[in-house]
Amino acid sequence: MSRYIATRAMRGANALVTEAELMLSRALKEKGADTPVSFPNTAYYLPTILGMTGKTIEKLGDLQPIIKYARDLLHPIPAFSKWTPYLGETLDSGMATLLAAETIEAVRFAYGLQPEPMPGFKLSGGTSFTSPENEGENLDGHLNGPIDDIQLRSWGIQLVDGRMPGFAAIVGCAKSNAVAVKIVRELQRRNILTFLCGNVNGRSIIHQLQEEGVELGYNTFTVPFGTDTISAIYALGFATRSALTFGGLKPGMSREILLYNKERVFAFVLALGEVDDLKYAAAAGAINFGFPVIADTVIPEILPTGVTTYEHVVSMPFNAIEGKDDLERAEQLVQKCIEVRGVKVKVSNVDVPVPYGSAFEGEVVRKTDLRVEFGGKHSRAFEFLQMAKLDEVTDGKIDVVGSDFSSIPPQGSMDMGIIIKVAGRQMQQDFEPVLERQVHYFVNGASGIQHVGQRDIAWIRISNAAADKGFSLESFGKILHARFHEDFGAIVDKVQVTIITEPTLHAEWLEKARVAYDFRNKRLADLTDNKVDEFYSCTLCQSFAPNHVCVVSPERLGLCGAYNWLDCKASFSINPTGPNQPIKLGKQLDDRKGYWQGTNDYANIGSHGVVQEVSMYSIMENPMTACGCFECIVMLIPEANGVMVVSREDTSMTPAGMTFSTLAGVAGGGMQTPGVMGVGKFYLISPKFISADGGFKRVVWMSSVLKQTMQDEFKAVCEREGDPDLLDRIADERNVTTVEDLLAWLEAHNHPAMAMEPMF
Amino acid sequence: MPKKREINEYSTDPAAQQMLIRAEELGIETAFTRADKMVPCNIGAAGMCCKQCGMGPCRLTKSGEVGVCGATLDTMQARNLTRSIAAGSAAHSDHGRDMAFLLKATANGEAEGYTIQDIAKLHMVASYYKIPIDKRSPEEIANDLADLYISQFGQQRGEVVPAIRAPKKRQQIWREQNVIPRGVDREVVEALHRTHIGDDQDPEHILNHAIRTALADGWAGSMIATDISDILFGTPAPILGQANLGVIKEDMVNVVVHGHEPSLSEMIVAASQTPEIIEYAKAAGAKGVNLSGICCTANEILMRQGVPAAGNFLHQELAILTGAVEAMVVDVQCIMQALVGLAQNFHTKIITTSPKVKITGATHIEFDEHHALTVAKNILKVAIDNFKNREVSKIRIPQIKEDLIPGFSHEYINYMLGGSYRASFRPLNDAIMAGRIRGVAAIVGCNNPRSSQDYLHNKVVRELLKNDVLVVQTGCGAIASAKLGLMLGEAGLSEVGSGLREVCETIGIPPVLHMGSCVDNTRILTVLTQMVEEGGLGDDIDQIPAVGLAPEWMSEKALAIATYCVASGAYVIFGGASPVSGMPDRVNDSDAVLKYISEGWEKIYGGKLEFIPDPQKMIEATLAHIDKKRAALGLPAWERDKFGRSGDLRMRELEKLPLAERREAIYGLAAD
Repeated sequence: MSRYIATRAMRGANALVTEAELMLSRALKEKGADTPVSFPNTAYYLPTILGMTGKTIEKLGDLQPIIKYARDLLHPIPAFSKWTPYLGETLDSGMATLLAAETIEAVRFAYGLQPEPMPGFKLSGGTSFTSPENEGENLDGHLNGPIDDIQLRSWGIQLVDGRMPGFAAIVGCAKSNAVAVKIVRELQRRNILTFLCGNVNGRSIIHQLQEEGVELGYNTFTVPFGTDTISAIYALGFATRSALTFGGLKPGMSREILLYNKERVFAFVLALGEVDDLKYAAAAGAINFGFPVIADTVIPEILPTGVTTYEHVVSMPFNAIEGKDDLERAEQLVQKCIEVRGVKVKVSNVDVPVPYGSAFEGEVVRKTDLRVEFGGKHSRAFEFLQMAKLDEVTDGKIDVVGSDFSSIPPQGSMDMGIIIKVAGRQMQQDFEPVLERQVHYFVNGASGIQHVGQRDIAWIRISNAAADKGFSLESFGKILHARFHEDFGAIVDKVQVTIITEPTLHAEWLEKARVAYDFRNKRLADLTDNKVDEFYSCTLCQSFAPNHVCVVSPERLGLCGAYNWLDCKASFSINPTGPNQPIKLGKQLDDRKGYWQGTNDYANIGSHGVVQEVSMYSIMENPMTACGCFECIVMLIPEANGVMVVSREDTSMTPAGMTFSTLAGVAGGGMQTPGVMGVGKFYLISPKFISADGGFKRVVWMSSVLKQTMQDEFKAVCEREGDPDLLDRIADERNVTTVEDLLAWLEAHNHPAMAMEPMF
Repeated sequence: MPKKREINEYSTDPAAQQMLIRAEELGIETAFTRADKMVPCNIGAAGMCCKQCGMGPCRLTKSGEVGVCGATLDTMQARNLTRSIAAGSAAHSDHGRDMAFLLKATANGEAEGYTIQDIAKLHMVASYYKIPIDKRSPEEIANDLADLYISQFGQQRGEVVPAIRAPKKRQQIWREQNVIPRGVDREVVEALHRTHIGDDQDPEHILNHAIRTALADGWAGSMIATDISDILFGTPAPILGQANLGVIKEDMVNVVVHGHEPSLSEMIVAASQTPEIIEYAKAAGAKGVNLSGICCTANEILMRQGVPAAGNFLHQELAILTGAVEAMVVDVQCIMQALVGLAQNFHTKIITTSPKVKITGATHIEFDEHHALTVAKNILKVAIDNFKNREVSKIRIPQIKEDLIPGFSHEYINYMLGGSYRASFRPLNDAIMAGRIRGVAAIVGCNNPRSSQDYLHNKVVRELLKNDVLVVQTGCGAIASAKLGLMLGEAGLSEVGSGLREVCETIGIPPVLHMGSCVDNTRILTVLTQMVEEGGLGDDIDQIPAVGLAPEWMSEKALAIATYCVASGAYVIFGGASPVSGMPDRVNDSDAVLKYISEGWEKIYGGKLEFIPDPQKMIEATLAHIDKKRAALGLPAWERDKFGRSGDLRMRELEKLPLAERREAIYGLAAD
């Protein structure tokens, strides 16, 4: 700190704690101490308070000791002369500010004032899924408020594998709308998750971006929290939960949670415009997490390091930044933020006329913005990647065969095929599908382009904005060429792309592709655990979940759903010292439960001794651990002699009496809990799915979202299990949310689990 | 013929100078003038005299000469040095023992007026030794801790327990050398035994035991004293205090506490605030009782209660010369016998309180922890009763005093670097690693009238600050810096190099941290250990870019401190004369011991003890050592003015502008 900052932060902290006291005492009077308070869809109560104090806040009355505690953390402002030290005191005041801010937001939730209403505003994307009839929560007319657990977990894998290198909390208002847009675009380009809050004289960067038509919400990695500084607490709540979710830390382990964030979560605060007392106070709170503060105005700098990894407070007065115009200055500002936090950013240099980065992966191109689409209802698109000999591929060659889309009317569609030929000394045929699946991510990274599906069900949209900027069919080729080199350079030496719209050739290649898809399907079906002599480890998450190890086998993919056995194999070829290492199986110890000498040995080493043994096929005995990014949770329902499967997207109550979020706390963090397992959803259809415990027939309850989105796959599994109607015998949240109802349902539907031998 | 010095050669402190002029007017002798008259014995000063038995004293002044028993010069020097170290260790450790008995009495409700004030520290210390904490009252825990600590003094075998708090690697070195003390008293007794006529006559072997005896001080006796003082009276934290003779007040009953222990002085502080005593003072015609301190008793109550320090060691006579001191209450250590004779020129009463210390002619009111508050009140009443005897015409109080912020216990340093949640030494280590702080210097120790008072201290401190060296202080050295205002946050902005300035401004600290009394040098050991544990500065204390200095040393305690610091891995530089200097220009190899405690000890412990009288050379040696350690750690070489961009300055200048201009300068012009 400096004395100036200390003075202002302590003053701000004193004021906010007082405000929280007043608000709370009024709320207690008006609503009563027993009024429930919570943030939506989280198992972590009020997360910052939970993390820092270990206290679970469920009612207004629970907040009283918190505010008292916050008051105890405050200090008188430093004397004008002959001052006593203030750094520790300021950091404590910052923590008091965070506790007070979360208290205030909780009280506002109790009054229905959060998420902050904003008429006419529409969020881009939400997570909440209750049932197919209800298309999720209402996304109109309000800002986002706190991030829910579902979104946190679905971002988890991106945070841990480095695709999302960190987050930025922007507080205030940019110099101009154009600067606001530029800053956000620069962050998106680097895939940095961006949280927006605060204002300067009533005007917020959220207003600026809204006026410029920038989509804000989960889909665009740009989340509007609220237009006041207090809502910045949601960023710290997110940070706290990431430590609880992925780091295996427990509520109340405040120091560990803060250090986890300092060391692993690359976040920073960007203060735009005037920094007032409250912003200084909140920034002091953020510094506790190791998050530095960068301001675009003159504020005292704090450059010595220690509480944060690099500088604590940096001032970059906007007008003094070098650059030919404001947009260049904005770019420099973002660059500086990244430097100060030491964010490891990988920027893809893709030569296309639109912004490019993973932050744009979630962007939706709506019908009204649509220029042209390929695939979907009215046309056919496919993508097909094959390996070829080195001399058969001309690197960088991009051909467009057939007409472009200039003659297609607005919102029209056309057929298209993307054919990619790759060559490389380390390339193997098994890697073809691994690489081909990347087309989805690579294409989606372009702003204004939406990609859905894969193979011959691909569906690609180009928005008017992208087309106006000159995005062409050739651009797809450029993206793919650049990204394959960048991400898979170790196995791919040459990449050539052909885009086909010419009808005859399109039909011809589609046929060839389908033959290859079939071949790959068979190969995949043949690829079973007993046909290989090595599995792969995946320790990608260990930066977040230090003791967790995934063992990935051909019939059991990683719990995040992102890495199957082939992916791991390819990853090992790309980076032989990376997170995916072959595990020599060695002696099989138990074929039913899935124990090998090699997997046990590895689990012990990889988990640093936390896990001694791991069973590949059982949930009841030494089940595999989980980090926190699992797609679903499988959990024993003892009364039903079976298991339930809860999807990450399902927020409703389960027969276990807990929602996904609460269950996730039990399943994650790298701990072995018999009866509970976090898994990837494609493991559900594997013949080895809890095969030691009876397999898919044990599923007595399943979130309806899974049933619907994977209907075809489950039908095939039911056939395989010899009970074609099994899926209909499985209950879901639409009809069963208690154990009693579940038992009645199973009885009524004659579920096989009831007649199976006891699970334990 | 002894040479009489000018007043400004006696002391650099203007308050002291005023009093010395006053002494001259009154024709009163002080330590300053006595030092002029008393020429030190040059043979004894060089450690070349042995008076261990009745066959001597033997003075060895020729090459190859031996004593009557055949003892060689290096044996004599090693014995003399070891005896001094044993005496110093005994002084600190006996203080620690009394604190342990006080803790025991307090835990059992037998100590009037005392309570356990710092339960957090009690828990922390107890947990070092696995004393159970859960569901136990502070008194139960304190009773166990007191028993454990009391046993450290009489323990015969094994290792003193606080040694486990040293870095692992350091403990290993000690075990290899077999120097971990078995018990405090045993090592002191053995030191005396070994140095008796006809015992240990291998100088290196004798000095090895000197190490063990000193470790019994630093990692036991002194450490115990600090721990218990914090538990009973509270761990110090920054507080505004004052230093120098100007703190003595003309209209109040002035009681100066002097010596080293906090046990009685804390009670006097408590008693002075009771209505009974305030009323008693008012009835005597004074506005109240004004307490101040001298030496380390001053430091103890300054750190914890903000009670002002009247001065350091050489101020003890000067305080009486103000004519305004009703009573000087003394306990143990560094109390000049001259006080009694001096006081006879005024109304001042010298009150001895320790059962161990009586001075002929002084009033003795014995302190007993079982009735401490009562004793304290009695003492204050004697002082108040004496107020009426004041001779107003004799009062000369120099109106010189300076504010300071003391209270940098290692616990607070840890807190100040990260607050309740992120407390750690990381920012300090980071600052050293980056080169904002070049290194750390612990500048401690006494005053010595053979040099100009405070001159060496302040010369070295000021120069090191300009070189981005963070300074920590204890004892009389600390008060020297305090008197100059170097212990204020403001000094952190103006008196330092640009890198250190950034660190001081970030934390809000003075560039010179007051860490307590001389027994509290163990706090420095703890800080060094925690710096090692934090990482980035090597895996043992000897690798840290740090130096210990005692520019104006004089007591045997200083030699004990120096030795335990060396054994802990520190480079220690003493000013003034070496007690084992020998006369290498006249007597061959008479500096063998001098060399051994430098080069020899360095090979074993990584630390060494050297005597450098010239302050400039002292500074150069300090910086060279720091730079050497930086290089060994692979840290970037320190550069002047490399850092310094951060801080409030730019903001403060902008704040002077009129509102509109200020707005534009700070926020720029918003386009919309």
